[in-house]
Amino acid sequence: MPATTRVGVVTFPGSLDDRDAARAVRAAGAEAISLWHGDATLQGVDAVVLPGGFSYGDYLRAGAIARFSPVVAEIVAAANQGLPVLGICNGFQVLCEAGLLPGALIRNAGLHFVCRDQQLRVESTTSRWTSHYSRGTEVVIPVKHGEGRYVADAATIEQLERDGLVTFRYIGGNPNGALNDIAGIRNSAGNVVGLMPHPEHAIDGLTGPSVDGLAMFSSVIGDLVAA
Amino acid sequence: MTDTDTVEVAAATPDKPQPFAELGLKDDEYAEVREILGRRPTDGELAMYSVMWSEHCSYKSSKVHLRQFAENPPHSDAMLVGMGENAGVVDVGDGLAVTFKVESHNHPSYVEPYQGAATGVGGIVRDILTMGARPIAVMDSLRFGEAGAPDTKRLVSGVVAGVGGYGNCLGLPNIGGEVGFDPTYAGNPLVNALCVGVLPHERLQLARAEGAGNLVLLIGALTGRDGIGGASVLASATFETEGETKRPSVQVGDPFAEKILIECCLELFDRGLVAGIQDLGAAGLSCAFAETAAHGDGGMSVDLDLVPLREASMLPVEILMSESQERMLAIVAPESVDEALALCAKWGALATVVGRVTEGDRLVIKWHGETIVDVEPGSLADDGPVYHRPLARPDAEQDALTADSSAHLARPASGDELLQTLLRLVASPELCSRRWVTEQYDRYVIGGTVLAMPHDGGVVRLGDETTRGIALSLDGNGRFAKLDPYAGAQLNLAEAYRNVACTGARPLAISDCLNFGSPEDPAVMWQFAEATRGLAEGCRALGTPVTGGNVSFYNQTGATAINPTPVIGVLGVIEDVRRRVPSGFVAPGHKVVLLGETADELDGSAWAWVVHRHLGGRPPAVRLDAERALAGLLLDAADGALLSSAHDLSEGGLAQALVEACLIEGVGAQVDIGSEAFVELFSESAARALVATADDAAVLALAATHGVPARVIGETGGAVFSVADAFEIGLAELREPFEATLPALFG
Repeated sequence: MPATTRVGVVTFPGSLDDRDAARAVRAAGAEAISLWHGDATLQGVDAVVLPGGFSYGDYLRAGAIARFSPVVAEIVAAANQGLPVLGICNGFQVLCEAGLLPGALIRNAGLHFVCRDQQLRVESTTSRWTSHYSRGTEVVIPVKHGEGRYVADAATIEQLERDGLVTFRYIGGNPNGALNDIAGIRNSAGNVVGLMPHPEHAIDGLTGPSVDGLAMFSSVIGDLVAA
Repeated sequence: MTDTDTVEVAAATPDKPQPFAELGLKDDEYAEVREILGRRPTDGELAMYSVMWSEHCSYKSSKVHLRQFAENPPHSDAMLVGMGENAGVVDVGDGLAVTFKVESHNHPSYVEPYQGAATGVGGIVRDILTMGARPIAVMDSLRFGEAGAPDTKRLVSGVVAGVGGYGNCLGLPNIGGEVGFDPTYAGNPLVNALCVGVLPHERLQLARAEGAGNLVLLIGALTGRDGIGGASVLASATFETEGETKRPSVQVGDPFAEKILIECCLELFDRGLVAGIQDLGAAGLSCAFAETAAHGDGGMSVDLDLVPLREASMLPVEILMSESQERMLAIVAPESVDEALALCAKWGALATVVGRVTEGDRLVIKWHGETIVDVEPGSLADDGPVYHRPLARPDAEQDALTADSSAHLARPASGDELLQTLLRLVASPELCSRRWVTEQYDRYVIGGTVLAMPHDGGVVRLGDETTRGIALSLDGNGRFAKLDPYAGAQLNLAEAYRNVACTGARPLAISDCLNFGSPEDPAVMWQFAEATRGLAEGCRALGTPVTGGNVSFYNQTGATAINPTPVIGVLGVIEDVRRRVPSGFVAPGHKVVLLGETADELDGSAWAWVVHRHLGGRPPAVRLDAERALAGLLLDAADGALLSSAHDLSEGGLAQALVEACLIEGVGAQVDIGSEAFVELFSESAARALVATADDAAVLALAATHGVPARVIGETGGAVFSVADAFEIGLAELREPFEATLPALFG
């Protein structure tokens, strides 16, 4: 019997959904380890979640300052060695700023912050964070962001589509004008996933619109336990 | 040589002319200040008295009326801290307490909608934090001029973005509120924000500077030139035409700094490092120094040179008056100060010792080594003027209004006319979907939101380890209060109380934000006196004490006052949030039951206003005993898991409640309401609710034991809403006009 899986959740100044991510990690059966932005250590965790929020106020550009924090330098190095990393919302923005995922997230096409229960289609299950889904499954997971419009140059979009790196796509309406309705992507190794919707807010029917988000956390934890 | 106006200089130059009128002090108030001090005030003292004695800070016109809330309050075992502190605190069981308060930021939001609204949220959140509580949710009550009027789009867009921008970035779910439109708010929108926080009993903090030798620590943002005179200039006078020039009086918000401040202060509390704490809001440092010193056991000595400034050239008066946001004042024992400073550094919050608690009873403020303020702090904080403003019912106007009932208005009769009326109402800015607003607010963050908009009340679980939760509703109705301020205030109270009961929570206490015109107008003062009397008596009847709140006067442009608008927030407790009751129909085949009695009460209704632009007559009868019985029934039924939904009947009557209940989850309903369809559908009689149940016999039996009239009017199911012998409409056709209005108006 392996020791409990340990999943780190980073707190930047201005992180907001860090406690929610930790709750989701626990709900999926792992131990949540709090990682502080200023500490250049990952405490030996088995996976990392970069949570939602407004790191450093997002005043320059969402995620632009966070990528320079000591903990993100450690995460980039470890991700390149295969550590599973999930970026949710602001965490996705940080992953793009840090170069772990291509493209960028810009202001919503409608110019408003949008909070709604969003329908998504799971497009790729060959990642460390989506293996417990079935391809083509439709799920409902909340979105809540002002800068969630995924953009990239045409070659990058083409490559994402060709290589099956789009993990989630908006259906039933695109909330932010993202290219190709892209809600989330992965790297080619499959250990790094970023998405704008908040799976940690879809783990309990009492406080969320569904329990569709739990599989993200159970995917990585199941993989780690199996390994 | 210096030209600083020191105490010494003031004593030597008694005849120096001072700009007290420009600062908002009346002749007799200035004379009173001189009398208290035994000399003329220094520039710094004058500034402090002018803000502390302003209407906004001193409640000088409202105090004599607000006393009713504290004297002879309803019996409640739940009150831990009552009125007078930054916010009231209510016991909710399990060693937990909840603190909540609603406050206005009306005038700043007219001048600068985004920042005015944003800092309105920031200010009320700091009030909650000051009590030792972790803020867990916000709500907002907004009112604007006619939706299609030229300036409304600017205000709505800015205010909604500001409420959302601040709350979202702070990580606080917005769980409900209301938006209203009426021409009387055209030059004077209302932006009322409510915050609720939770604390273990032992973490309760009070705003007191106790213990001579303790240090005064200023935490948070730099002090700048923003918001100078906000309380005295903006909030305590009527707008004429100079809104533009008042823009520098509006503060600028930085929610990221406030998020840091929240986490930092909570850790200071948890480690027991502070002996007292006060937020900096209206009147900035002046108020924080004066109030903590006045309510402690000694005096205070402050060195103003130590206050970290955004602009080095700021004058002492500006430092004292600045309303820069995101600042807190903590009282810390000398042995704790190093740990406190280190903790602030960890969070990246600036913290500076600016003074200390002293023996004696003087507040002494120094600048460049010279004394510029030397006063008894109670004279600033507690001994401000108290006015018994003249009040007079404007008989001719009010009698004419009462006589002008809605009885003469043309009523729809045929089924098609009823349907057209319904569609007109659901598409009206007054009653249409609020989704365009609420989608701009994060309702999920923190992970405790069990119900939020569009449900009747917001319900939040108090932590991961408990099933205990609280429910909140925030309601106002200026039309009813205009027709009869006494009854109107009680109807508002009853509506918020009923909304909380509909969610399955037991109403415990209220906070109020009283928005009125100029107190110098006897007719407005009469409205205010009637409304507060109505509210105090209503609270006694419902057993819900007033824990605190806010008065906003001078809401008028020129001679035209807004409709008197008491906005009432009711807090309830729910032992098990899994028993919460949603507002929308959730399943087909459930019986739809109407609770309460419907009379022909259409004066002041949404129908009269939307269809006929008519406001006159008498508001619906207030029936507080019936409200209590209805709430008792709703709670028992929720406890027994008898209800699949419950929706209160208020603006728009049964028709609006049915439409909303059908559209929330997309479950239709077929009802038969008899031959008086128009009155049944559109009357706004109080003490009514619409519930759905799989066990109508049990609900009817329970209603009988509570003495609540109840009848089954139909059944849920299908994709249509129909009224027997009148009309039938598909939910998609109903949803389209309901959802389209606000996006079309405001983009």
